[in-house]
Amino acid sequence: MNSLWTVFRNNLRQYMMLLALLVIILVFQILTKGVLLKPMNVSNLIFQNAYVVILAVGMLLCILTGGNIDLSVGSQVALIGACAATFIITWGWNPHLSILLCLLIGIAMGIWQGFWIAYARIPAFIVTLSGMLVFRGLTLIVLGGLTIAPFPKEYLAYSTGYIPDLFPEARLFGVRNTTSLLIGVLIAAIYCVTQVMGYLSRKKKNYSVESVWTLGSRMAVISLGVVWLFYTLASYRGIPMVLITVGIILIVYNFLTSHTVMGRHLYALGGNEKAARLSGVKTNKLLFLAYVNMAFLAAVAGIVFAARLNSASPQAGQNFELDAIGSCFIGGASAYGGVGTVGGTLVGALIMGILNNGMSIMGISTHWQQVVKGLVLLGAVASDVLSKQRVSLGFLSRFIKSRSKYQDVGGLDA
Amino acid sequence: MALLEMRSITKEFPGVRALDNVNISVEEGEIHALVGENGAGKTTLMNVLSGVHPYGSYSGDVLFDGKICKHQGIKDSERLGIVIIHQELALVPYLSIGENMFLGNEQQRRGIIDWDQTYRKAEEYMSIVGLNENPRTLVKDVSVAKQQLIEIAKALAKNVRLLILDEPTSSLNETESKKILDLLLTLRREKGITSIIISHKLNEVAYCADRITILRDGSTVETLDKRVDDISEERIIRGMVGREMTERFPHRPNTVRDEVGLEVRNFTVYHEQFTERVVVDDVSLKVHKGEVVGIYGLIGSGRTELAMSIFGQAYGTRTSGILIKDGKTVELPSIPKAIEAGLSYVTEDRKESGLLLGSSVMHNITLPRMDFVSKNGRIDRDLERKYAEHYREALDIKAPSIEQLVANLSGGNQQKVLLGKWIYSQPDVLLLDEPTRGVDVGAKYEIYQIINDLAQQGKSILFISSELTEILGMCDRIYVMNEGQIIAEFQRGEATQEEIMNRIMQHSKGEIGA
Repeated sequence: MNSLWTVFRNNLRQYMMLLALLVIILVFQILTKGVLLKPMNVSNLIFQNAYVVILAVGMLLCILTGGNIDLSVGSQVALIGACAATFIITWGWNPHLSILLCLLIGIAMGIWQGFWIAYARIPAFIVTLSGMLVFRGLTLIVLGGLTIAPFPKEYLAYSTGYIPDLFPEARLFGVRNTTSLLIGVLIAAIYCVTQVMGYLSRKKKNYSVESVWTLGSRMAVISLGVVWLFYTLASYRGIPMVLITVGIILIVYNFLTSHTVMGRHLYALGGNEKAARLSGVKTNKLLFLAYVNMAFLAAVAGIVFAARLNSASPQAGQNFELDAIGSCFIGGASAYGGVGTVGGTLVGALIMGILNNGMSIMGISTHWQQVVKGLVLLGAVASDVLSKQRVSLGFLSRFIKSRSKYQDVGGLDA
Repeated sequence: MALLEMRSITKEFPGVRALDNVNISVEEGEIHALVGENGAGKTTLMNVLSGVHPYGSYSGDVLFDGKICKHQGIKDSERLGIVIIHQELALVPYLSIGENMFLGNEQQRRGIIDWDQTYRKAEEYMSIVGLNENPRTLVKDVSVAKQQLIEIAKALAKNVRLLILDEPTSSLNETESKKILDLLLTLRREKGITSIIISHKLNEVAYCADRITILRDGSTVETLDKRVDDISEERIIRGMVGREMTERFPHRPNTVRDEVGLEVRNFTVYHEQFTERVVVDDVSLKVHKGEVVGIYGLIGSGRTELAMSIFGQAYGTRTSGILIKDGKTVELPSIPKAIEAGLSYVTEDRKESGLLLGSSVMHNITLPRMDFVSKNGRIDRDLERKYAEHYREALDIKAPSIEQLVANLSGGNQQKVLLGKWIYSQPDVLLLDEPTRGVDVGAKYEIYQIINDLAQQGKSILFISSELTEILGMCDRIYVMNEGQIIAEFQRGEATQEEIMNRIMQHSKGEIGA
């Protein structure tokens, strides 16, 4: 119990953010008079935020290595979109092979940046700022400054399509896409089964286990959430293909960060690079891989985003890096590295996404949306930093004191 | 009346009492030396005086000119004319001499700097300290000795009354050092400036000080007066180290075996940045299984660099020499290789390079050998928990659970986590660098017991420390290191503190003379 409490306290920030997300959803659900969670809008939310989530997961790994960020991801997204359009539309290459080639180009961009950052030890900020310009410039060169459109169906199917309905006649519980609902139920079932099996095997090996109540309530909450999500999606046109991509990325990277040696080494590197190195962590290699991976995921996001726009534009992906970085920090990543989770990052990205979407539905201008998003980012990080500095009000009292000192001097002058 | 009086100063850091009822009084116009071993509390005492540790964070009184000081920061003490010059000089390399001299004390009118006056005044103060340079020269372009003079000139520009110098000559040669000391004597004679000088070089202390206060383990031992007392180096050393050693170290039966666990032959290592500088100079040594071998040397003697370069060349460039482990020559070009070969290195600074403070006890312990708790790169969290739990119990780490963040533990328990992490890695050879630094007496005793247990298990232990008593109390054999070389070797019982200190002093002198 004691240990559970410690775990809870160590992750307090994330629970707070999850709570904040729920509150935001609730508030916008009321303000938009129920439009926010309508099946069509939920589907929209997924399309709008898929690429942000993908980029944010990559960014998280970079941030974990020691607060390093990648400013070039927006340009990378644009360059990959441009390459895909050139291959497929201009040159008429096979869409599937072209996508593979685009992913390889992404990895090459990552190797380029990773080399300078990890082995030449040029600050990541500088290297990626350079990358931001270089990749944007290459995009313009590849596209000749023009927008290329439209993509063929095979390409679009990867991201803007929905999974096909195997039982078009059946209308289980009145949903339009029965297959999607069944998949949702299946996922919830698989989740429950693995949880129960894990619980039993740990019990058999005599490891400490959580109480049956915690296990049961967690399973109930998550299963209900999953089923609700898929029910909502099934009520519209079904599961978007891109949700599968995002889902796989989230599961794989969540596993990587929390269950593998490599993930642990990543946290160690960000927590204390010297200590990590002296404990046998290959710090340079890890830093290198983080940036290669970032560019790989940027390539994935680039493919998804070009499909969503159904075009490759020279201006694509502008400010994406800021959305990705913002999601990580709102989701509890530390600006110094070593702290942050995939789950938290997802929550951060959803907070940003729902703020965007909710305010758009309400007809608030994008100008104000930016102001609100900026303040939310600052607020989220400030509340964290201040709560850690126990003497959070110390600096305020100093500030007031120094002000009053100046006022005294002013009084003498008068 | 004394210019400065510090009465029963006690200062505690979490888990350590750094100063315990210290008294010191400094007369107007004298040069007062403060001596003591590393960690005796000299620097802490000066930090209390200068306001680095603000009023209220210590107990006792600081009286300057007979008035109680309530410094909140360095600014407050500087206003009274107390200026401290730290061992690591606080000059900005890419600003000129003149700019540095008036940093924080700018020659200004309404926020606009008068550069003509700045450089004119800078020249004035430079001539007082005998520094012949253009005040527009960047600080990075002048020698360390001259930088020291700039610091003193900077202090003069602040109308200093009490000048505190922390190891002012540690990186200077003899001629340069003498110049600094003579300058202090001149400033006292001509300007009546009082100084406190902290130094390890006892011949220098004897040369310039009027009175000498000796600190030991955070308490004042005595104050010697040049006019009355004998202030020979031997006398000062006796004051610095003379303490009884009963019951401070747990008993260890003879555990030394015949086999040699680790042998180092002709190790030479060069500095990482200044690749021409030899840091470890042709060192050879051996450690038997079950043996605790001490390396004693002052800070900067190359002991840490030696240990780190043995440990997978974690430090240094152009490393040459042979490592023999269990009778076989081994190549250890990287840290992972060294760990795999059964070496471990407990760093001297747990916060800076030893622990992940923001991670749990468990994650810290298992970090060096994740392969013990993982399969194909996948961590078995339950197994990891079991290991961590085992070492928490074995080393008696006082933490509510292994999920506890290391940052929330006391210094002694953090140090035990650091040891636990390396014991978990199943090493045959442990390189312990200051394993008891910054922990209190009780925790020290527990750490000594852990070391004894390891020796009993047949591990080879290299024990680096700057505390002589600890080295003498714990080690089967002792190497003395100075300026990168091993200058002496003693068997247990042969060595005395005076003997070791004398060897170092003599060796340093020889170097300077040569």
